[in-house]
Amino acid sequence: MKNIPISAMIGLAFTAVYFLMAIFAPLIAPYGMAEVVGDVWEPSSSQFLLGTDSIGRDLLSRMIYGGRTTIFIATMATVLSFVTGSVLGFFAAVSGGWIDQALSRFVDLIMSIPSLIFALVVLSVMPTTVTMLILLMGLLDSTRVYRLARAVAVDITVMDYVEAARLRGEKIGWIIFRETLPNALSPLVAEMGLRFIFMVLFVSTLSFLGLGVQPPQADWGGIVKENKEGINYGIQAALYPAYAIATLCISINLVADWILNRTTSLKGGRG
Amino acid sequence: MVHPIVKLVTQRLALGLLLLFAASILIFAGTTILPGDVAQQILGQSATPESLANLREELGLNDPPLTRYFNWLGGVLQGDLGTALTNGRDIADSLAARLKNTMFLAFWAAVIAVPLAILLGLLAVRFKDRWPDKLISGVTLATISIPEFMIGYVLIYWVAIRMGVFSSVAIVNDSMSLGAKLNAIAIPVMVLTLVVLAHMMRMTRAAILNVMQSAYIETAELKGLRALTVIRKHAFPNAIAPIVNVVMLNLAYLVVGVVVVEVVFAYPGMGQYLVDHVSKRDVPVVQACGLIFAAVYIGLNLVADIVSILANPRLRHPK
Amino acid sequence: MTDAPLVKVRNLKIGATVYPPGERPQEIEIVHGVDFDLAPGKVLGLIGESGAGKSTIGLAAMGYGRGGVEITGGEVFVNGRDILKGGLRRLRALRGAEVTYVAQSAAASFNPAKRLMEQITEATIHHKRATRAEAEARAIALFEKLGLPDPQNFGQRYPHQVSGGQLQRAMTALALCPQPDLVVFDEPTTALDVTTQIDVLAAIKDAIRDTGVAALYITHDLAVVAQVSDDIMVLQQGRMVEYGHTDQIINAPREAYTKALVSVRSIEHAEKAPTQEPVLSVQNITARYRGTDKDVLQNINVDLHPGQTLAVVGESGSGKSTLARVITGLLPPSEGQITFDGRVLTPTLAARPLEDLRELQMIYQMADTAMNPRQTVGTIIGRPLEFYFGLKGAEKQKRIKELLDEIEMGDGFVDRYPAELSGGQKQRVCIARALAAKPKLIICDEVTSALDPLVADGILKLLLDLQKIENVAYLFITHDLATVRAISDSIAVMYQGQVVRYGGKSQVLSPPFDDYTDLLLSSVPEMKLGWLENVIAHRKMESAGH
Repeated sequence: MKNIPISAMIGLAFTAVYFLMAIFAPLIAPYGMAEVVGDVWEPSSSQFLLGTDSIGRDLLSRMIYGGRTTIFIATMATVLSFVTGSVLGFFAAVSGGWIDQALSRFVDLIMSIPSLIFALVVLSVMPTTVTMLILLMGLLDSTRVYRLARAVAVDITVMDYVEAARLRGEKIGWIIFRETLPNALSPLVAEMGLRFIFMVLFVSTLSFLGLGVQPPQADWGGIVKENKEGINYGIQAALYPAYAIATLCISINLVADWILNRTTSLKGGRG
Repeated sequence: MVHPIVKLVTQRLALGLLLLFAASILIFAGTTILPGDVAQQILGQSATPESLANLREELGLNDPPLTRYFNWLGGVLQGDLGTALTNGRDIADSLAARLKNTMFLAFWAAVIAVPLAILLGLLAVRFKDRWPDKLISGVTLATISIPEFMIGYVLIYWVAIRMGVFSSVAIVNDSMSLGAKLNAIAIPVMVLTLVVLAHMMRMTRAAILNVMQSAYIETAELKGLRALTVIRKHAFPNAIAPIVNVVMLNLAYLVVGVVVVEVVFAYPGMGQYLVDHVSKRDVPVVQACGLIFAAVYIGLNLVADIVSILANPRLRHPK
Repeated sequence: MTDAPLVKVRNLKIGATVYPPGERPQEIEIVHGVDFDLAPGKVLGLIGESGAGKSTIGLAAMGYGRGGVEITGGEVFVNGRDILKGGLRRLRALRGAEVTYVAQSAAASFNPAKRLMEQITEATIHHKRATRAEAEARAIALFEKLGLPDPQNFGQRYPHQVSGGQLQRAMTALALCPQPDLVVFDEPTTALDVTTQIDVLAAIKDAIRDTGVAALYITHDLAVVAQVSDDIMVLQQGRMVEYGHTDQIINAPREAYTKALVSVRSIEHAEKAPTQEPVLSVQNITARYRGTDKDVLQNINVDLHPGQTLAVVGESGSGKSTLARVITGLLPPSEGQITFDGRVLTPTLAARPLEDLRELQMIYQMADTAMNPRQTVGTIIGRPLEFYFGLKGAEKQKRIKELLDEIEMGDGFVDRYPAELSGGQKQRVCIARALAAKPKLIICDEVTSALDPLVADGILKLLLDLQKIENVAYLFITHDLATVRAISDSIAVMYQGQVVRYGGKSQVLSPPFDDYTDLLLSSVPEMKLGWLENVIAHRKMESAGH
C-alpha cells in the first residue's frame, strides 16, 4: 500500500470525503433539506456558505443532502448492475453454447438502443420513484458489465489452468470462484468505478430532465434544474452541483485508472 | 461466385434490419407490456372509471398487445407515426421539422468535433507521455466526468453571461439566415463538441497507438523512412477502420447528447420534443421518437461495421 | 582477418527501462560491453538463450532500440563511421540502405494492407539506390533465387495470401533488395516447421553467398547457426562467453557453457521393449471439430505400455495435439474407442469417473498459462492431493514437500507465486502437480518447446528419472525429433491427421523410411559443419534420380 501514486491518493481522499458526507449528511448539514431559511438566491455569507436557492433554502444543506441521494442511487444501481451483469456474464462464458448465444444476442439488442432513450421510453409509463430509478439504471447498465465480465471470463476460461481444472474433474463452482474470479477481479473493480461515474451522470441527467428524483427531495441534477434560471442573472447556484459531480467523478476515475494500471503491469509480469 | 465482401456486407445489412425490428418490439413492449397503466398515468389518480375506460378504448388498449404492435408497426412502415395524445396533432408532421433541426445541430457539432478529435488524437500519439499528451488526457478526464447539461450551464455562465458572446437560448426558425442560425447554436455546438471530443480523442489515440505498436511499423522504421512517412504509408491505411469505428460510435453518442443539450438551450429539436412528452406521458410520441433515435444509433453502428469489413485486406483480397 | 572490418563494435553497452509491477520504472543494463568485428561478405552468428541480448545487439548494428531499450555506451562502426554519432538523420540514411533487417515473424512484419512488391522495393526506392523499375527487376530476380513460386507475379500478392515459409523468404528479399552491406537476420527460421526451415535456411545461405553481403545471424539454435556462419559469438546474459571460428566453437569449444550448448539433447535412453498389456490403447480413432467437415484425425491406432514413453511427432497441423484432446475427453471422437488400464474410457470428459481423471494427467507447453497466477505453488500442487485423496493439514504439507523434492526444488517454493519462478521451475511445478495425482499416464504436450535448450534438457532428464521411480507412462507430443530420440520407447509419426509410421524407437528411426519420415528426419539440423549442403545435395540427387 506504500506505492500508491499521488493522483490515486488524491482520488481516494476526495472519494472518501464525499461518501462520508453522504453517510453523515444529517449531522453535517447546517439546515434541513427542505427548510426555507432565507430569501431567494441570497449570496454566500457566513450564515449560508453557498448562499440560498431559488426558494430560499440553504444551498449547502441541499448540496449535502443531494449528494446523499445521488450517491445512494448511484451506489445501489452500480451494485445491481454489477451483480446482474457479472453473474450472467460469467455464467454465459462458462456455459457456452446456446445459453451464451441467447444471453449475448439479447444484450446486443438492449445495447442497440441508447440507454438514455431506453430509460426515457420506460419512464414514460412507469412511476418515477427511487426504487424504479435504481432498477431501471441498474438493469440497463448491467448489459455493459455483462459484456466485460463475459469477455474477461472467456479470456480466462481458454487458459490452460482452467482446462487443467476441468480435466481434474473440478465442479463449476470451483472453476468460477477459485480459478476464474480471482483473475477477473481487478478489471472488474476498475470497471466498477467507471460504472459508478456513469450512474452519477445518468441519475443527474434524468433528474435534470425532471424524470429522476422528484422534489422536494434533493439531488445534484435536481438542484441544477431548480436553479437554472439564476444563471441568466449571473447566479452560480446551478453550477455548484457541476463542480461536485466533476470532482467526485474525476476522483473515482483516478482511482480506477490506478487499479487498471496495476492489473496491466501484473499481466506484464506474467509475460 | 459472389465476392465474400458482398456476402458479408449483405449479412451485416440484414442483421441491422433485424436488430431494428427487434428494437421496435422492445420499445413497444417497454411502453405497453410493462405493468404501468397508460390511461391511469395520463389521467392521474383522480380519474373516474368511465373516463379511464373511454381512454383505454380510444387508445386501443383493450386489443391484445400483438395486434396493437402490428397495427403500430404497419403504420410506421407507411410513415404514419400516429397522433399525439396531448394535442391530437400528427406526430410525423411535428417530427419532420424537429428532426431537421436536430440533424442541423448534430451536423455542425460533428463537423467541428471529428477533425479536431482526430488531430488531437494524433498529437497525443506523436507526443506520447510528454506534456501535450498529458494535458489532453487531463482535459479528457475532466470532460467525461461532467454531465452534458452541466457543461452547458458552465458555458452559458462563463461565455454567454460573463463574456457576453453568443446566446444562451438557441431558438432557430426557418426565416433565419444560416449565419444567424449558426450564431444561435454556437454554444450548444461547443457543448456537444466537448462532450464527444474527449471520448473520440481518447479512442483515436488508443486505435493509432495499437497500430503503431505493430511489427510492420518497426519494419518501416528500419527501412529508414521518416516518422511522418511511416505514419502516412504504413500506420494510416491500417488505422482507418478503427478510426472510422471510433467516429461512428461517437456520433451515435452525440445523438444521445443532443437530447439533453436541446433541453438546456430550449432548442426546438427532437430531443426536447421527446423529453417534453415523456413527462406528459404521451406514449405514441415517445414510441416514435424512441424508434427514430434507435434507428439512427443502429444505422451508425452498422456503418462502422461495414467500413471495418471493407477496409480489411484479408476480406478484400481473398486467397 | 585481412579485410578492413565492415562492422566494428567496441564495448557496446545497452540499457533498458523495466516496469516492475507496483514499483517505479527502473533502468537496468542488459548488454555489458560487447566487442566484435565483421569483415565484408562474412557471416557472424550470435547465439544464446533468451535474455542473452542477442537480438538487442543485432538491432544495435542499426542504431535501433526496441521499446524502452537504449544504447548507453560504446561504439558501433559501419563502413568506418560511428553510427551512434550523427543523430537520427544519419541513422535513417543507414537503415534500409547500408544495413537491413529480417525479423523473426515475417507474418507480423509485413504491412497487411499493402502488396508485397511495394513493401519489398520501398527502401530501395526511398534511398534512391535504384529506380522503381530496377528495384522491381531486382526483387523478381531475388524471388527466383529464393525459390518463390511464380516470381514474375509473386509481388502482386498481399502478405496474407502467401504461406509462412514464403513470407520469410519474401522478408529476405526485402532485406536484400537495396543491395546492403550488412543484413541482420533475427531468428529468421525459428517460427517455421522443421521441414520448411531447411528450405528457407538453404535459400538464405545461397542468397548471402551469391550477393556477397555480410550478415549477423541471430538464433538460439547452435545447429542452425553452424550451417550459415563463418564466426560464432556465444552470449549469456548480455556478456560474451566465447567468440571464434564456427569450426572451433562446434568441434572444440573452450568454455563450459559452450560445451553444454554443443552437447545439448544428447541424453541417452535405452529403448524398452513392449511388455504386458498396454496402459493406453487408441483404437480406430477418427475425430473432427464441431462445425467443420474435415477429419483432423483419421483412423488412429497406437498403444502405450506401462512405464514407457510413446512420442507422437509431427509438424503443426498434423493433428498431434488433437489426439491429446481426444484422449483427455475434451473432444469426443466421431469413431473409435480408447481403452485405459484395461477399461474403456467414456468419450466425454463429463461422464468419466474420478478414478480415470486422476490416473490420466496432462502437462502443457506453456507453463505460464497452465498455472493460475493467483495461486501459490503450494496451492497448485496441493489441490490434486486434497481433491483426489482428501489430504489436509500437515499430511498434505508433507506430501507437497516430497513432491517439491522430487522435482528438485526445495520447500522454500511453497509460498511463491508462478510469476516469481523461472521458465524451467514453472514447468517443474506443473510436473509435480501431475505427479501429485499418482497417475498411470501423463500426456506431455510440447512440454519443452517453449524452453531454452539447456533448461529443456533438465526437464527431459527429470521426466526420465521420474518415470523410473513412479513407473508412469508418458504420451509425449512434440515436433522436435531430438527430444524424441532422447526420451521415447516407441514413436508415432503423424502427418495430416494420420499416423504414417509407428513402432519401436529403433525401428522407426532406421531405414527404409517412408517419404515423409525421411523428409522429417533429414530436416532436423545436426550439430556439424556442412550438414545443410549434404542434405540439399542429397535431395537434389534423389529428385534427379526420380
